[in-house]
Amino acid sequence: MSVARLCLVWVALLGLLALTIGASFLPLGPVLPFVSYAIAAAKAGLVLWFFMELKQDRGLGRIAVAAGFLWLTFLLTLVAADVLSRGWFGT
Amino acid sequence: MAEAAPLHEPFPTLERQREAGQFGMFVFLATEVLLFGGIFVASLVLRVEHGAEYAAASREMHYWIGGINTAVLLTSSLLVALMVQAVRAGRARLAAWLTVGAIALGLVFIVLKFTEYALEYRDGLVPGLSGRALHGGPRELFMNLYFAGTGLHAVHVTIGLVLLGSLVWPLGAARRDRTAGLAGNVALYWHLVDVVWIFLYPTLYLAR
Repeated sequence: MSVARLCLVWVALLGLLALTIGASFLPLGPVLPFVSYAIAAAKAGLVLWFFMELKQDRGLGRIAVAAGFLWLTFLLTLVAADVLSRGWFGT
Repeated sequence: MAEAAPLHEPFPTLERQREAGQFGMFVFLATEVLLFGGIFVASLVLRVEHGAEYAAASREMHYWIGGINTAVLLTSSLLVALMVQAVRAGRARLAAWLTVGAIALGLVFIVLKFTEYALEYRDGLVPGLSGRALHGGPRELFMNLYFAGTGLHAVHVTIGLVLLGSLVWPLGAARRDRTAGLAGNVALYWHLVDVVWIFLYPTLYLAR
């Protein structure tokens, strides 16, 4: 990973930070969380891919990290399925 | 300088040893993702159940302190990533200075974080300690979530600072670790602490 590329990634990260702060002041209403977390995911992706060097990884590290986020997705999805569907069929 | 790192049983080569160590670190980081996952699940439930109150509580946060802290952590991550490159290139002195720079930024993060806690204490927003502006309900739940999330994160930053410090002294890892095994693993931990903050920031400060 070249020094120039790492610095470029850092510039992109700061740009995304400015974007997410700016977006939070726009009248996005219920869309805001989706925008915020999409930007956060992009930032996390940059850190994982370039700073944590998953780009050069031969597979083992990628699988381990993907497993962590996969189980987190299960956790969030199942809890969301509960809280979002409450009240659908009366109380 | 650039002396080989010691090879331990049962690894036949340094590269295998480094890869095994790194895999162990990634598995540990996956468990960290799930540890902090609990905080994010709690925020999901609170936000779904009390959307308006959640947004109102978030608007009261010092979003600019959080924003500066995000930039500080991102920059320290850059320095740590550059440090790993310097270790691999055998430039021990440069690596040590980059590590010191990353530690300094980590300390700036902690100082800003506790300045923010002090402001919240003054404003009566700390559940159980100085909660006069809280009257139970979603606002107090939000502040509980905030202190649990940022507190757990601050503990991780502190551990990361100790690990980074150990690379400079007493280990001097940069001097004899051309595969950047130890330095690489410490760097991974520091980057993950950064990733956690990347998600905590919009969760707690930018939910308007």
